[in-house]
Amino acid sequence: MPASLMLLLVGLVAAIGFWLGRQRALGFVARAGTRVGAVHSRPGQHGSFVAAMALIPALAVIIVWVIARDRVIGQAVADALAPGLLPDEPLERVAFLADAKGVARGTFAAGFSPATEQAAAIWRAVESRYSLLAGGAALSLALLGALFGLTRLAPDFRARTRVEGIVMAALVIASTIAILTTLGIFVSLIFESFRFFRMVPVTEFLFGTQWSPQIAMRADQIGQSGAFGAVPLFWGTIFIGAIIAMLVAVPLGLMTAIYLTQYAAPGFRRVAKPVLEVLAGVPTVVYGFFAALTIAPLVRDLGLWVSTWFPALDPDTVTAQSALAAGLVMGIMIIPFISSMADDALTAVPQAMRDGSLAMGATTSETITKVLIPAALPGIVGGILLAVSRAIGETMIVVMAAGLAANLTLNPFDSVTTVTVQIVKLLTGDQEFDSPKTLSAFALGLTLFLATLALNIYALSVVKRYREAYE
Amino acid sequence: MNEALTSARLAPHDRTAPTDWAAGAMRRRLRRRYAAERRFRWLGLGAFLLAAGFLVFLLATIVRDGWNSFRSTEVEVAVRLDPATLGVPPGARDPDVLARADFQAAVADSAARAGLPPFVVSDGAWLAVRDRLVRDPALLGQTVPMWLTAQSHIDLLAKGAFDLAQDPADLTVSEAEIATYRELKEAGRLRTTLNLHFLTGTDSVDPELAGIWGALKGSFLVLLVTFALSFPVGVFAAIYLEEFAPRNRLTDVIEVSINNLAAVPSIIFGLLGLAVFLNTLNMPRSAPVVGGLTLALMTLPVIVVSARAALKAVPPSIRDAALGVGASPMQVVFHHVLPLALPGVLTGTIIGLARALGETAPLLMIGMRAFITSVPQGFTDPATVLPVQIFIWSDNVQRGFVEKTSGAIIVLLLFLLLMNSVAIYLRNRLEVRW
Repeated sequence: MPASLMLLLVGLVAAIGFWLGRQRALGFVARAGTRVGAVHSRPGQHGSFVAAMALIPALAVIIVWVIARDRVIGQAVADALAPGLLPDEPLERVAFLADAKGVARGTFAAGFSPATEQAAAIWRAVESRYSLLAGGAALSLALLGALFGLTRLAPDFRARTRVEGIVMAALVIASTIAILTTLGIFVSLIFESFRFFRMVPVTEFLFGTQWSPQIAMRADQIGQSGAFGAVPLFWGTIFIGAIIAMLVAVPLGLMTAIYLTQYAAPGFRRVAKPVLEVLAGVPTVVYGFFAALTIAPLVRDLGLWVSTWFPALDPDTVTAQSALAAGLVMGIMIIPFISSMADDALTAVPQAMRDGSLAMGATTSETITKVLIPAALPGIVGGILLAVSRAIGETMIVVMAAGLAANLTLNPFDSVTTVTVQIVKLLTGDQEFDSPKTLSAFALGLTLFLATLALNIYALSVVKRYREAYE
Repeated sequence: MNEALTSARLAPHDRTAPTDWAAGAMRRRLRRRYAAERRFRWLGLGAFLLAAGFLVFLLATIVRDGWNSFRSTEVEVAVRLDPATLGVPPGARDPDVLARADFQAAVADSAARAGLPPFVVSDGAWLAVRDRLVRDPALLGQTVPMWLTAQSHIDLLAKGAFDLAQDPADLTVSEAEIATYRELKEAGRLRTTLNLHFLTGTDSVDPELAGIWGALKGSFLVLLVTFALSFPVGVFAAIYLEEFAPRNRLTDVIEVSINNLAAVPSIIFGLLGLAVFLNTLNMPRSAPVVGGLTLALMTLPVIVVSARAALKAVPPSIRDAALGVGASPMQVVFHHVLPLALPGVLTGTIIGLARALGETAPLLMIGMRAFITSVPQGFTDPATVLPVQIFIWSDNVQRGFVEKTSGAIIVLLLFLLLMNSVAIYLRNRLEVRW
């Protein structure tokens, strides 16, 4: 019995329960006549109570079944199979069982091993038996729950209180999911990073200047000489995200915000705001494609041209995957973000300060540079820090436009790599979950998570403190 | 500094004499200040125009490269439907038998007889021949003139994607291909038609056969899961926090987690999905259900924040009135406040989903990067999504994929535009201003 059929049947039982409960409650109302308060709850609430009694335990059973299904069936198939047929190696065993499942479900035509056919037949038999069992359990629980609910109904039964209690529980559970997610991120990152740091010392990871994780692929070198010094990655991340991108985004974003809030006519602003929103809404993969295909060759040509004038720039270090190309496009992506933060900060400055400055005879630009910006500075700086946190966590632009070479360089035309690029490269393709190569991605993820978290908390506190000062 | 300026600076100390505004020094000073004002203003406008110009440049480049992916080049070939080459009995009429015939051999044979080198007709052109014969079995044994899809390089030459004036050594297209193209062009055996296959096909190793339908459907399935999970959970969380939550430790922790989740880089959600959904819960790799779960966690804070704002905007008098006529707090929220806040909630949800639609990095982490040539039929089938398809194609070295990538970007941007327009429409038309 497939899970969708179970859900359908249980839903049907709940719907019938709702109707029966409502009919019974309507009967109470008819008997009580018009006497106010004779029946505590509305008929629909009685019906909802019965439906909830039917649904909750049955749904729990179905969810457990769906999660545990493959593991339980796999174990049963392994037990039922003749001893020689099942591979001994755990990884091969998993692959074999996955093949058996695929053949049994009809998604694969045939498995890798000749014994798959046999295993698939057992799988089919076990699955039909167990799913019938689980479906039967869910259905009988639904029926029992509905019956129990119906027997509880009475004119003075507080169905509304019960139903509202259940809804309240759902509300509380829904709001704790945010905590669970944060906790999940923390726990999974720390757990995997801990496994990594047992193989590679923390100090080497944080302070080493050599990054070449592929060396550790060789079995005899695991944990010994694979170089996991992440300093070049940290530098690349900062160079692209916090330096080049901000050199583009901060002046442009700030000046845009100033122009739109202080100078532009309302009509112009109505047109300009959506333009910035579109710029913010373009998916990063599009920016990445554009950076790699259009901007990168231009930047390389620029680098080669500069190197003919400026001998300190070695033309050999000018690459198509330059830090400058990725940083430039990332800066443009950040402009709307900085502009909107600066907009908020500038409009939060009390009008009286602006008026005072203008009344003293200062021009608008003098008012802006000498009064508004100094007053709004904490808000603007907070916004820039938030932008930096977004830039260093940005993935697609750097994956597509920045390189893989872990260089420690100040040359913007050279290739650098970033934390996010390495995470993507380490975790796509074949993975072995015990090698430091794969686990190092989680250590990098943890570093990135903590860095962005710290930046955000600090930036938000700056922005908040500053807002309180003026409100 | 000249003397006049110095005296103007000193003027305020001389308390008896008023500033002489008409003096040359003051006028010059004023002129300079006004010039600085104008410069500053132009700088501001310039900054905005630079940003807007970049957007125009980006969109123009994408459209210029991408609209070609909706056109394809076809070459005229007299296809010999010879039963011997096809490997079917001469009088065969049964569609099942005909569908399994060796059309690749028939197309290769016909192309060779027409004097076409092997790099002209696409490897997938036999599918069109098969469909034609199955539709009309009487054609068996005849020679039918047909327009077949051309290979990518011929297609690109026909669209003028190569600069033929350039040094031949720099071109990625061979001289033989150019010569054949010119010959065919002059003989009138090439034509350009609307390429619907780009919208209905799936990923392929050949650019001329690649389509986005599989990725589009994958995106749709992922978004469906994301919506089904993040919308109810997000709205419920917002209702609890805005309407019921007491001010205590727990609610503070919830607020802090939601604010932090909104700022966590998307790739971290991918790591979470990989560690929890794939490695701990053993869910299938590359499946829309896992992608949807991961993106739902990412979208959740967006929905919670916008739903709270929408709930907060409903005036307290509505709640007081409902409570006053005897509604329970739960009835107040579900019968009155939530329906009034719904347009705002939906606007936030659509914006959150639009962001999820454009998201790539977390989906790479959970294996949605695979080369998949089938259309996903369910939530657990291997699938890819449109942004990931764009990423995969952008990595492909074949020249023909550049226009396909841009074409896929056009489709993605159109969907985003559609979703955001709906959100703006909802905001403007349905939202009540109190």
